[in-house]
Amino acid sequence: MAKQRREKWSSILLVVFLVIPAVIAVFPLAALTLASLKPSTELMRFGLNIYPQFELWSLNNYAYLFTDGSIYFRWFKNSIIISFFSTILALTFSSMVGYSLAMYRFRGQTIVLFLVLLIMMIPFEILMLPLFRMMIALGAVNTYTGVILPMIVHPLTIFFFRQFALGLPKDLMDAARIDGCTEYGIFFKIMVPLMKPAYGAMGILLALFSWNNFLWPLVVLRTTDMFTLPIGLAGLLSPYGNNYDVLIAGSVLTVLPIIIVFIFAQKYFISSLTAGAVKG
Amino acid sequence: MKPNSPPNLNRSPSSNLKMKRNGTKLKNIFYSQKVAPYVFVLPFLLIFTGFYLYPVVSTFIMSFQQVLPGQTEFIGLRNYERLFNPTFFRALYNTTLYTFWTIVILIPLPLLLAIILNSKVTKYKTFFRACIFIPALTSTIVAGVIFRLLFAESESAFGNSFIMFFGFDPVAWRQNAGTLMFLMVGLAAWRWMGVNMIYFLTGLQNIPKEMYEAAEIDGANTFNKFRHITLPFLKPVTVYVLTITLFAGYKMFEEAYVFWEVNSPGNIGLTLVGYLYKEGFQYNQLGFGSAVGVTLLIIVAILGLIQLRLTGVFGGKGDN
Repeated sequence: MAKQRREKWSSILLVVFLVIPAVIAVFPLAALTLASLKPSTELMRFGLNIYPQFELWSLNNYAYLFTDGSIYFRWFKNSIIISFFSTILALTFSSMVGYSLAMYRFRGQTIVLFLVLLIMMIPFEILMLPLFRMMIALGAVNTYTGVILPMIVHPLTIFFFRQFALGLPKDLMDAARIDGCTEYGIFFKIMVPLMKPAYGAMGILLALFSWNNFLWPLVVLRTTDMFTLPIGLAGLLSPYGNNYDVLIAGSVLTVLPIIIVFIFAQKYFISSLTAGAVKG
Repeated sequence: MKPNSPPNLNRSPSSNLKMKRNGTKLKNIFYSQKVAPYVFVLPFLLIFTGFYLYPVVSTFIMSFQQVLPGQTEFIGLRNYERLFNPTFFRALYNTTLYTFWTIVILIPLPLLLAIILNSKVTKYKTFFRACIFIPALTSTIVAGVIFRLLFAESESAFGNSFIMFFGFDPVAWRQNAGTLMFLMVGLAAWRWMGVNMIYFLTGLQNIPKEMYEAAEIDGANTFNKFRHITLPFLKPVTVYVLTITLFAGYKMFEEAYVFWEVNSPGNIGLTLVGYLYKEGFQYNQLGFGSAVGVTLLIIVAILGLIQLRLTGVFGGKGDN
């Protein structure tokens, strides 16, 4: 009896204790959504108070995003294109490398693994200056290609696919070989379907990464019509600007799709994250 | 795959046969088990050479040069000598302080949250986990927009009305070095709390339950169990979280950029990567920018090695 009561009390206490960080986590997003419903001209100067002020609510800021003069959905489109292609390409190449590291024994294998580790250790920021010069030489400045190219090798993804492929049955490969399947046939027809969960988890991680990616697109993209969402929104942050309606409503619409996906695919988000932490 | 191409009618039968044999030979090599892994790895190697190896080498070379359009001059260590200036030291100081605070906050708190979420008696775990994780989905820019709205300078903004409730004077949050650091660290802590919590949670769930049961039979109390089972088992995860926090701290750029871009009063918001960006892209000092980059690489490498050494992962006391 006494123990039961103690457990009940401690469970209530823990919930109360968890409410605080949960509120701190969710409150700023709620505040942003609230801000997006209020007239935005003075918002950046006077800041956001937390009173709802229902009488001020309107969807005008959102309506403005859809007007002809607004470039917001151009940025949205750019972000979608860049995220889509960098995710697809990174998944394809990384899964090929991870798979061959796990399933084959070949000369130079350790070197490849070492190179993957090396990339993890080098901050990308250091490579920017020469990479940018290279993009000038390639004529890739201010293009989607310029943003995507350096993103298609992703060491953590390679690692994850290697770990995942190590758990796949090698007997299947021999059986397929006896049936006359080529090495590439084995990969595309048998192994790719088996690695679907890995594609799901890493796809989410890569898509989230490129959707929010900032520094490299900031360097490569030069004109407003090529900007991605983070670059475009950051450009509106100046205190003298008068585009706060786009900035605030646009920020909400940038996060909203991801939160919706997250609510339905929580498990995948979390397993994609823990990929790095679990030792293999 | 289909091995037969349509027969070439213009050639004599014998040469046609020879061609075909050569073709099959090449094809056999391409399809052999020995070559296939190289084909899989080839695109990676090309991209690695082009977009990683070459730029690293190039950064090192450029850091000894003065790079101007059309003419490049070798100037020895002069770029590195120029690093001894107050702006660079300010950037180094800001970055180091920021890294220090993110480590102080983003390890114990997520660990505590993970322990609570892992407890048997806690209720609504999935809900709380999701709530605390949600900030990780936002980009730093969106998070920065929110922080600037909440911590605007006016008295009516949330931040100031909050501290005024406790009797403090309103603060110009972005203008002072201390409060700006608070905003930057706060932004990082808000976005990363959930991620690190998930890491620790995974670590906790990997601890075999039998360990605790055995300890209970031996009469261990909660503190003993935590000290002698939970902490040692969490060591690999903690080292991982420490490493990524350290690296992310020294690479920091966006958390400062959202508040001041790269030009802040008295450089209170300048970071090492911000300095690299400013010199390299705004002033076109490619050589000097590269020297900043190489220095950053060296700092990160040294700190990484020290950290791994101290935590005993690497060349230490043979812990696992």
